[in-house]
Amino acid sequence: MSSRRSRSRQTGSTSRISDDQITDLVSKLHQLLPEIRNAHSDKVSSAKVLQETCNYIRSLHREVDDLSERLSELLATTDNAQAAIIRTLLMQ
Amino acid sequence: MNPSSLKSRFTTRFLRALTKINAHKPISSSSPGPGEIFQRYRRIKVAADKSMAYSVRSRRTWSRATLWRLRTRSPRSRLATHARRSWVKTRSTRAASHGKEKKEDGGTVEAEELRELVPGGEAMDLCNLLDETAHYIKCLTTQLDILDRQECTSREL
Repeated sequence: MSSRRSRSRQTGSTSRISDDQITDLVSKLHQLLPEIRNAHSDKVSSAKVLQETCNYIRSLHREVDDLSERLSELLATTDNAQAAIIRTLLMQ
Repeated sequence: MNPSSLKSRFTTRFLRALTKINAHKPISSSSPGPGEIFQRYRRIKVAADKSMAYSVRSRRTWSRATLWRLRTRSPRSRLATHARRSWVKTRSTRAASHGKEKKEDGGTVEAEELRELVPGGEAMDLCNLLDETAHYIKCLTTQLDILDRQECTSREL
């Protein structure tokens, strides 16, 4: 992090963050998103990527919620819940 | 699998937490009430977030923010978080009104939305926010993978 700071001081530009850096990071994010609708994936605007990212994170949060709820029911009703936990551990 | 990988560290922590939660089962009741299941669901969700944040440790801003939030879960701290959030909002709105500072602050509407979703996002500039978001998404998908696996295993037995 300190190297990033000193680099910008050396260039002496008014904006601390370069456009290229932002574009790079946005495209990196874009690659993480599930590609369902985008046919022209390389022509998406950064605002669209950020919007899609927000939606994706929200859906991931919802999925974690759902799975936690299902797990709570399963662990409560399964006799051998502990065996299931150990089995998941051994599966790694 | 690599024993020191993030996935492995998370799995070990999370399954250990699940074991503890599972041990809370009351021996007397034959079928659990909905209140008990809800409590268990809350505990599992917290365990999943806690395990992931601890596995990442303090290497990331988002994990530090999550750990801080988990440690200070009290009504008083909720007020503090709310106060902090409204202060940050005022600050970024003021910055957005100055056209020059808009880029530096990274204050687009979508970025602000993202800041609310990523833990600790309010304090990050755009560059860090994008970087942290990428890592956060990777960790969320890892978390989901293990949760899913545990669900499948539990159904099989």
